[in-house]
Amino acid sequence: MKMDWRALLFWTLISALLVYMTLPAFVVIMASFNPGEVLSFPPKGFSVRWYIKAVTYPDFQIAFRNGIIVAAFASTLALVLGAAVALLVARYKFQGRGLLEAILSAPLIVPHFTTGFGFLLLGAHLDINQTYLIIIIAHVVLVLPFVTRAIHVSLQNVDPNLERAAANLGASPLKSLLRVTVPLMLPGLAGGWLMAAILSLTEFSASLYVTASRTQTLPVAMYNYIREYTDPTIAAISALLIVATTLIMIVANHFLGLRKILAIEPR
Amino acid sequence: MSNADARAVEIVNVSKSFGSAVAAHAVSLSINRGEFITFLGPSGCGKTTLLNMIAGFETQDSGEIRIEGKDVSSMPPYQRDTGMVFQTYALFPHMNVHDNVAFGLQMRKVSRKEIDSRVAKALAMVKLQGLESRRARQLSGGQQQRVALARAIVIRPKVLLLDEPLSALDRSLRTQMQVELKEVHRKTGLTTIFVTHDQGEALSLSDRIVVMNKGEIQQVSKPLDLYRHPANGFVASFVGEINALPSAQCVVSGGKVTFSFGDNVTLEGKLRHDQPLKTGDKVNLFVRPEHIGMANGADGNGPRLKGRIATHIYQGTHTVTRVRVPVLGLLELRVEGGEIIERKPVGSDIDLAVRLDEAVIIRG
Repeated sequence: MKMDWRALLFWTLISALLVYMTLPAFVVIMASFNPGEVLSFPPKGFSVRWYIKAVTYPDFQIAFRNGIIVAAFASTLALVLGAAVALLVARYKFQGRGLLEAILSAPLIVPHFTTGFGFLLLGAHLDINQTYLIIIIAHVVLVLPFVTRAIHVSLQNVDPNLERAAANLGASPLKSLLRVTVPLMLPGLAGGWLMAAILSLTEFSASLYVTASRTQTLPVAMYNYIREYTDPTIAAISALLIVATTLIMIVANHFLGLRKILAIEPR
Repeated sequence: MSNADARAVEIVNVSKSFGSAVAAHAVSLSINRGEFITFLGPSGCGKTTLLNMIAGFETQDSGEIRIEGKDVSSMPPYQRDTGMVFQTYALFPHMNVHDNVAFGLQMRKVSRKEIDSRVAKALAMVKLQGLESRRARQLSGGQQQRVALARAIVIRPKVLLLDEPLSALDRSLRTQMQVELKEVHRKTGLTTIFVTHDQGEALSLSDRIVVMNKGEIQQVSKPLDLYRHPANGFVASFVGEINALPSAQCVVSGGKVTFSFGDNVTLEGKLRHDQPLKTGDKVNLFVRPEHIGMANGADGNGPRLKGRIATHIYQGTHTVTRVRVPVLGLLELRVEGGEIIERKPVGSDIDLAVRLDEAVIIRG
């Protein structure tokens, strides 16, 4: 089979890129099976003891629960806000629309630790720094641009004539929203929610500032662990996190189609 | 308040502009219950805007719109009880055919049993019985069209609004749908407003036609009257094929009128009683292609023109022939069959007989 040298070069580059991107994950997963107490690569055997330790380690258990709580609230809140804004921007023309869009995109430009630090100061002022609330607020702000973008794209695929048809047939604006617009936005909404959840679960830089020892999320707990211990537990918990997020993405792609949700391809 | 005498729709002095573009200018119109009326005109004439204002998707800048006697100007679309068929059908993709058609009834809180029965009847009327569980994407364009129609008629609206519903269909399907649409109108008796730019469609379907141009109503007439007696040059040219002759001077004497086009080209005929022309009047004549033919001895000394054959367009049942006539330019005539192609090939001279009594004469 003759292969064009350009095609060969293309596939070599792509493969190299993929290897480069997945190598850290690959190394971590392999290191997690090392039976010895020192983090090393390549592993000198095969053992799942570190997985058992990771799953039973109290700090990780609490952090995991915290992460789930924060992610659930932050994603849902971001979804509702993002959907409201996306609907507003898509269906109505108003002054300051461009400004609103710019403000919403701002978190993308500002570094996470800056946002985190800002919320730390704010949280101190409002005396909510020991609570889930400040973490949830910070995560909502950080995640909102992605959610709004995903919903905006899915909304563009909803023919505005459909809403006119619903109104013509007797549906009030609320009924039209619930019976027509939202059902058609559902893939976008679900994808947006999942993306927000993953971003929240894995968020580190801002969370480092706004979490306290009781409320720390998993990435923060992992960071604290590795400052003190260098055993493969950290590799195990990392591997679990990698596998979990990968599975979520695979499931989301199968049922919803990530191309649409991530705004790579309009329908 | 609605009373039995009230017209189905009354448009009173309605105006609407989009910035500097005038979509409607002091438009007034009364539409009778149960009639099939068509808004006809070229793109941008304001016909769709007028339809949208009746439906409530646009609000007029000034004037009133009444549906069955009630002023609806401040009512949102969902309270007006109109049924609309969109050009793009706008079927709900996440619902099957049954639920699409049932939607309007559900909004009106009709009982489940009655919904099912009425949906079945509506689908039967558009000849789609049995397709209740299909989705829109599984249907052909023509079938989607029918579902959209069923969805609009099942709610028994005060007015049925159709926004160029047949323009996306191919020729044969279009003709078929026109026939079925007329049937549906006959069976339901719904007041129907049909918007189109296709004058043939308007002529075949309507009880009355409203011809519009640049936001103004040009003429409101029954199809036959519209074709025979267009009110102005625009309507004459827009509805059906017609030859617009250059302006002519009249000379009237002894019950006859002679139209002079210059350079000794004239047409002479009897002065019609309904046409008060005087010598010196300047007029524009419009003659339909079917009213010009090959002159033969049989029609005596009727109005004649001399010209040369430029093209023959054979259409099977008839031939459209273009003849170059001095001063008047290229005239189009429509002759039965294809004999003319053999008898008068391209380039040959021809004597034309003009049915002046059928001509449209507009002062100008």
